[in-house]
Amino acid sequence: MSQPVISVKHLVAAYQKNTVLENVSFSIPAGSLTAIVGPNGAGKSTLMKVLLNLHPAITGDITFFGRPFKEVKKRIGYVPQRGSVDWDFPTDALDVVTMGLYGDIGWFKHPKKQHKARAFEALEKMGMQAYAHRQISQLSGGQQQRVFLARALVQNADIYFMDEPLAGVDAATERAIMATLKKLNALGKTVIVVHHDLQTVEDYFDHVLFLNQTIISHGKTQDVFSKDNIRRTYGGNIRWLGGVD
Amino acid sequence: MTYTAWIIITASLVGLSCGLIGVFLILRKTAMMADAISHTVLLGIVLAFLVTNEVSGPMMLIGGIGSGLLTAFLVQSLHSLGVQHDASMGIIFTTLFAIGVILISTSVGNAHLDIQHALMGEITFIPFDTTHLPLIGSVPKATLLLFSVFLIVLVFIIAFYKEWKITSFDPALAVSIGIPALAMHYLFMALVSVTTVASFDAVGAIMVVAMLITPASAAYLWTDRLAIMLILSSLFGVLAAISGYYIAVFLDASISGSMAFSTGIFFMVSFIGSPKHGLLSKCRRPSRANQTSI
Amino acid sequence: MWSLLLNTNTGWVLLSTTMLGIAAGAIGCLAYWKKQNLMSDALSHAALPGVVITFLIFQEKNLLLLVIGAGISALIGALLIQWITTSSRISEDAAMGMILSVFYGLGIMLLSIASRSSGGNQSGLDNFIFGQAAAMVRSDIRTMMMLAVIVILTVVIGFKEWKIYLFDQSFANSIGLPLKAMNTLYTFVLVVTIVIGIQAVGVILMAAILIIPAVSARYWTHSFKCMLIISSIFGAFSGAIGTLISAQGRGWPTGPFIVVVAASFFIFSLVFGKEKGLLIHYLHRQNQSKQYRVNQLPIKGAIK
Repeated sequence: MSQPVISVKHLVAAYQKNTVLENVSFSIPAGSLTAIVGPNGAGKSTLMKVLLNLHPAITGDITFFGRPFKEVKKRIGYVPQRGSVDWDFPTDALDVVTMGLYGDIGWFKHPKKQHKARAFEALEKMGMQAYAHRQISQLSGGQQQRVFLARALVQNADIYFMDEPLAGVDAATERAIMATLKKLNALGKTVIVVHHDLQTVEDYFDHVLFLNQTIISHGKTQDVFSKDNIRRTYGGNIRWLGGVD
Repeated sequence: MTYTAWIIITASLVGLSCGLIGVFLILRKTAMMADAISHTVLLGIVLAFLVTNEVSGPMMLIGGIGSGLLTAFLVQSLHSLGVQHDASMGIIFTTLFAIGVILISTSVGNAHLDIQHALMGEITFIPFDTTHLPLIGSVPKATLLLFSVFLIVLVFIIAFYKEWKITSFDPALAVSIGIPALAMHYLFMALVSVTTVASFDAVGAIMVVAMLITPASAAYLWTDRLAIMLILSSLFGVLAAISGYYIAVFLDASISGSMAFSTGIFFMVSFIGSPKHGLLSKCRRPSRANQTSI
Repeated sequence: MWSLLLNTNTGWVLLSTTMLGIAAGAIGCLAYWKKQNLMSDALSHAALPGVVITFLIFQEKNLLLLVIGAGISALIGALLIQWITTSSRISEDAAMGMILSVFYGLGIMLLSIASRSSGGNQSGLDNFIFGQAAAMVRSDIRTMMMLAVIVILTVVIGFKEWKIYLFDQSFANSIGLPLKAMNTLYTFVLVVTIVIGIQAVGVILMAAILIIPAVSARYWTHSFKCMLIISSIFGAFSGAIGTLISAQGRGWPTGPFIVVVAASFFIFSLVFGKEKGLLIHYLHRQNQSKQYRVNQLPIKGAIK
């Protein structure tokens, strides 16, 4: 196995008094497509926020390519949950995608034609070119998610974090998003996805990380995706419909 | 220049600056921060007065910005300690304001600084307190101050246009690509404070709130483009200032009160009649309106 | 101090601000859990035009009439806020800010007209901005206490219904509580508390005695009942002590002193509170990381 792109050691994080993540340690191999699964309140989104420096950790070491987050910020792309922004914001799809380039453009400068062109290209890749100038509140949920993904593409990062990109999207969008993720993966990018649908884990992801406050199990999908691990992660009351044995 | 012209120019400058700042207040969902800061700025002005014995000049601006930033910082701190955001705002601004009022009514006395003035403003006296400028001639001090503040606001909004946009829309993304959302928040609060202090003398605390929130909200109902929203908002601010002045003259009532009321009229007209997001537009095509609101 | 209490009017004033503090402390808890802390700020500002219009119509400073006027205007404000938020893309805090400032502006506009039309007669109206408890006369106090008792009783009698209503609206609905009626009643008692407070505390600071005691009480208990009681006690003492201090100087406004006293209670609770206080929190955190350091090695072993 090559050098891990993300390495987390003994991570502890809390909201107020409640410990949300306890002694979380794992490492993600380069070029993997990993699903983070776990019940509600397991700390999936918190883990992502801590990794991205959006929420403080109490203790623990996090490195990307062996270096701290601050030094490799530009190589990391983030797709937040769709509900985390206000879609009534006065802007259009192309503009949202262009925002992914704001870090590159730099202070005091405005986006140029070439930036817009790159953003448009990313929209095209997601099949959204026809909606480039549509106000974002007039897009469907799936289209909004594709805009978010296009924005991540335009960042041209090496690691992508995505918080429930498949939640509440239509079948066509789900296919488009998964195709994009596989394509990113084929280019050698590392993708980490918070995922909620256990039934599609085996089809979509090559690695799985079971999380419930701490790591329950982590590894290649074919090795660790078992009924036993699911039960240990979700407790006894999971209504499991699939055919894993 | 005539007396009326100076009043209208001064009030219009308030409308312009507040209209620009207000757009981002609305989009950042921090409209009530304007209310909070407009009150706590009083404490800064009182403290500056206790130090310098002046109710104008740079010390007053510094005191105002300081107290505005202090408010933002304390609200943020209380919130991070687990107090609901709006409750922390309610605690901080009422307390700081109460301290300001107590200082005025006990130690400072009503000699130079009075609360009535601070809350209601005294735009009618503005044209009498002038200073001489080369080329232009004699200009009211307050007007000059407001013009400088307008330029500052304009420069900051244009210079950081894309940063304001991204930190307002998606602060998490902003942080992840290296734009310091928190620093931008405090810079913005400083801009709100400086606009508020400068407008204080002219129009008083409450009208600043009206000018900050209402024209921007009205503009939000007319357009889906940020740049147009900024233009419309400042336009509404100026129109409300002018019409408010004439309402006040017509009824022989408080000028700042009438201007605040006038911003409300602009909002109600937009709320009902705006072709994009007004009530009437929803009656015409209810299905689409429902869809977008979900 | 005692001579002040013996002065019967001061004693009555004191009693009425104490009652006001109890009512505000209790209603503040409802507002806190309804996540509408700043609504009280918007509504107290929105009450001003009602006060002035009533005065312009009746040309006298009868508290009961002014309270009714203030109540109507605050209710109109509340309805407008609701209407604007539900039927447009304007968010609630923007709507509150607008109603607050535009209504207050209208109030000031009318106040300037009132002061012109009635000479010096309106001077009492200025007291509604910062509160002047000492200016209340016996009949005002009687009106205020009567309304405060109604508010307190409304909360006490419907205690368990309020609790469900605030905690879980859909459940409340499913067990047959009339949500619409309770919403109306809630807005009604909130507005009544605000308007009886504006004479003593003033429109600008009225929100503080609704918000601060409730948040302070949060640091001492996890039970809704205890929170209501503690909040009312904080409210009562803030009202009483603030009134006493402001009576020490001629023309000192009551409202700011009440707020500063309430804020001191808050700071005390924030630091020493037994449930979420900073001190307890800090000790807990210390303990937690100590425990973690002790446990770290064995856990690491267990995972492998």
